[in-house]
Amino acid sequence: MSTMTMPMKPQPEAAARAQQPASPVLEIRGLSAGYASAPVIRDVRMDIGRGLVTAIIGPSGCGKSTLIRCLNRMHEIIPGAFCEGDVRLEGHDVFRMDPVHLRRQVGMVFQRPNPFPTMSVYENVASGLRLNGVRDRKLTAERVEKSLRQAALWDEVKDRLDKPGVGLSGGQQQRLCIARALAVEPRVLLLDEPCSALDPIATARIEEALLELKGSLTMVIVTHNMQQAARVSDRTAFLLMGDLVEYDETQKIFTSPADKRTEDYITGRFG
Amino acid sequence: MITDSNFERRQAVGKLFFVWTGACALVACSLLFLILGYIAWQGASSLDWSFFTRLPKPVGEKGGGIANAILGSAKVVGLAAALGLPIGVAGGLFLGENRKSRMSFWVRYAADVLNGIPSIIVGLVTYTLVVLPMRHFSGLAGSIALAVIMIPIALRNTEEFIRLVPDTLREAGLALGIPRWKVTLTIILPAASKGILTGCLLAVSRVAGETAPLIFTAFGNRYWGEGMLQPVASLPHTIYTYAISPYDDWHRQAWAAALVLMLFVLTINAASRLWLRPSQEGH
Amino acid sequence: MKRHFDEDLDGLAARLLHMGRLTEEMIQLAVRVVTERDALLVAEVKRREHEVNELHIEIDDRALKLIALHQPAAGDLRMIAAAIKINSDLERVGDQAVNIAETGEYLCKEPKMKLFDVPRMVEVAASMLKDSLEAFARKDTALAKDVIRRDDEEDRLKSQTFNELIHLMQSDASTIQRAMDVILISRNLERVADHATNIAEDVIFMVLGKDIRHRHVEA
Repeated sequence: MSTMTMPMKPQPEAAARAQQPASPVLEIRGLSAGYASAPVIRDVRMDIGRGLVTAIIGPSGCGKSTLIRCLNRMHEIIPGAFCEGDVRLEGHDVFRMDPVHLRRQVGMVFQRPNPFPTMSVYENVASGLRLNGVRDRKLTAERVEKSLRQAALWDEVKDRLDKPGVGLSGGQQQRLCIARALAVEPRVLLLDEPCSALDPIATARIEEALLELKGSLTMVIVTHNMQQAARVSDRTAFLLMGDLVEYDETQKIFTSPADKRTEDYITGRFG
Repeated sequence: MITDSNFERRQAVGKLFFVWTGACALVACSLLFLILGYIAWQGASSLDWSFFTRLPKPVGEKGGGIANAILGSAKVVGLAAALGLPIGVAGGLFLGENRKSRMSFWVRYAADVLNGIPSIIVGLVTYTLVVLPMRHFSGLAGSIALAVIMIPIALRNTEEFIRLVPDTLREAGLALGIPRWKVTLTIILPAASKGILTGCLLAVSRVAGETAPLIFTAFGNRYWGEGMLQPVASLPHTIYTYAISPYDDWHRQAWAAALVLMLFVLTINAASRLWLRPSQEGH
Repeated sequence: MKRHFDEDLDGLAARLLHMGRLTEEMIQLAVRVVTERDALLVAEVKRREHEVNELHIEIDDRALKLIALHQPAAGDLRMIAAAIKINSDLERVGDQAVNIAETGEYLCKEPKMKLFDVPRMVEVAASMLKDSLEAFARKDTALAKDVIRRDDEEDRLKSQTFNELIHLMQSDASTIQRAMDVILISRNLERVADHATNIAEDVIFMVLGKDIRHRHVEA
């Protein structure tokens, strides 16, 4: 299996933060998408910064999930879905790429933890590698341990790697799914409300894991919890009824947003 | 008002309803036990080692066994499973993963119709298409007929269990950059495997008792038979032949054979129910 | 959509404005100690200072509670941050008023002293304080900017007063004690004006989200 040959160098956090001389990892221009003929998002334009966490917030139904699902073309597996516009990953048009190839570069973690029920913890994390033809046992084992450490799960499962993946608690299962996604070493990790099914402690653990990954991994997180966006992200995009209302540094959005609609949403004045 | 004047009446009606429905359920259950009990009563005394291992004796002589019928059933049903189950499971896999296409609609429809075709007609058609060109009856023809009956059972059952696998697993697999077909084969199929295998077992136990198609195809045999391309004995066929005969000894053996068949079906049913029970461990 | 939280914010603002009114009164009373040579008013000033100090604690407490419990963002956050800072400035204004009153008490025991530009300074400082609080109440950034501009005049008046009093001390040594007191009072008033300026800058941050401190204000 061939992979894109541009290596991802881990960048020091300071350089990867706010001031971005480096080019964006994902460039989105004029993106519109929806189901049947009704668009859910309209003409979205944003750049996803390298090594940063970008949060997408907005009320229910505003198109947040649709937006990130377009980024790894998971949107198209739904019958009747359409997606048009320009999305470029490191300059390459994602709609011209093989979707399978794209999804190895742009991974995803879903709202409800979904470990593979017939596989053990180890097999779950290794599944992305194994099922993509990686035969090297040593490499696989190294990647599995690395990913589990990055997902802050290693210490809890290192003695039970061969136990079923579904035997873990909800928060652990979600970290397992994160490790599974990280094992294939994607350039971008998309997270669709990863903590909404979890309790606050499990949520905090996952947020800590994401904060540790900052700098070396580009992440886009959809969340309906504004405080989570404030805690975790460097940039925040506010989506309202399919339109990108405001997209700026998180600190600016939460202290002095430019658009009144953003202010109203953040302060809870939405009726 | 704390007390309620209608309370007593409501209680009485509730109790009556419970008693009535419970009685009906008991009647339904007891039919099964009646049948089982009667067969056991009639046939249990004839079950001995020679019954299972001996060939039938010539007409009129007492004794003998149904060894050839047991072996013959095993061969015919075994070959039928080998022919029909893979086709059924693969077809069910297709339907389970492509739910909304036009082709799926027609395949599903055809399978349902096929399921409803009386088995004797399947037997007749197989007679025409296989036995006649071959110029003689054969176990192979019997297997083909049984396979045709098994295919829609396995197909619909497989489809159901594939559908039961949540879409979240498919999404997870696809999001890892695994091709669609690999997701189906390595993630979805294993997840549904328990249910699919159980369905296959039930299909086997169902056709094990089919008599009508075998009359026209395998035809039955008083001896071991010369392979699958020749007539082969089978349990249901033997039961039929012995039951309609004028000999008391054969009647006795028919009951015994019926008991053997019933036990086989019961065992498969019980085993698959046990196996398919949700596991106690994990979340 | 009106929120319960808005009532809490309005409550916080109301307490702050009440504190502001008290400090304005304290300044007026303290100045009267000097101009009317009425030492009895010192007690009035001290009485209000007690209440101002209690409000100082109460307002910080309220603000912290709102932050802890509501995780405010954007405009709400800026308002609470401004309230904490204005609280601190107003408490200092109260202290300045007490200082003026106590200095005035000494002056009452001495022969009457020429006050030069001090009355003018009082006008400027008092109006700046009043306007800065008004700007907070009405979220009026134009008024706030005006207050900031007036600080220059207060500084000018202070320098002027200082020079005139130096001149007086050099010509007549018997006035040194009283002249020093007047200089102190002018300094207190200049500090009051500075605090009013701070309050005005906080109002601009609260309303516009722009931090204009230590920078030139555009018209």
